[in-house]
Amino acid sequence: MGDTEGLDPHAWLDRHGGYLFRYAMAVLRDRQLAEDAVQECLLAALQARTGFSGQSSERTWLTGILKHKIVDIVRRDSRESSTEGLGDAEDPYGEFNACFDATGHWAARLTEWGDPERHLESKQFWRALQFCLDNMPRRLAQLFMLREVVGTDSAAICQEMGISPTNLWTQLYRGRMSLRLCLEKHWLGREAPAC
Amino acid sequence: MLTCKQTSLLMSQARDRRLSWSERLGVRLHLWICRQCRRYERQLDWLNGLAGRLEKGPESRPEAGEDMSAEACQRIREAIEAHREDGGHRHPQ
Repeated sequence: MGDTEGLDPHAWLDRHGGYLFRYAMAVLRDRQLAEDAVQECLLAALQARTGFSGQSSERTWLTGILKHKIVDIVRRDSRESSTEGLGDAEDPYGEFNACFDATGHWAARLTEWGDPERHLESKQFWRALQFCLDNMPRRLAQLFMLREVVGTDSAAICQEMGISPTNLWTQLYRGRMSLRLCLEKHWLGREAPAC
Repeated sequence: MLTCKQTSLLMSQARDRRLSWSERLGVRLHLWICRQCRRYERQLDWLNGLAGRLEKGPESRPEAGEDMSAEACQRIREAIEAHREDGGHRHPQ
């Protein structure tokens, strides 16, 4: 086959399979979908391996391919099951109206979260994040992760998931609001704020 | 003057679209005087910062226990072999 060392798909699976799986799992929030993503990523890499320049690390190269496959899978997944979990965008604030008083000021005092680097080392933080993402509607969590983690641009997400830009902005706002409230409660142990 | 409510929505949208000139000005003026919204903005940055962290390596996260099932690994190995024998011409379903 003439595989040069480092361009062997089985070795990719051994060396990076766990990493790729956890990355896909973090975004897709579903074991089956994440396993599909890894498989499709490695097959695509096999096909494209002559294109691997060796300028980036093998893992960076594979992660780049994985991101494309994740977007493909989210698209297929959105076609199969409706965009359930993504409420309508009539009132952008929805349940988060309760975060503000009648004059539009924050109803409760916001807290300072402190130095991210320090907290990102904490087990409790990651457990809370996991819990909060698991408790969001899957579609909303996928959308948030695609935008914030994979860095897919808004126009592409709208196209892939078949939603309007206005709806996307609303959903991302709600995703961010719900995640910060959930983190305050489960990570910082604050009593549920006013909203 | 924008309210905190309007500002929070625009600060979120600023991450996903280009705000108009007047929206940007409105947000900037509001942030100038509102400490609460400056906190909110830092929280949004914080959430966004998770991305880099994940990229660096999910292994570095303490809860990174979950792994692919043995069956899935086996399935992927077989798919790679099938793909190879095929000269790579068969496309995955």
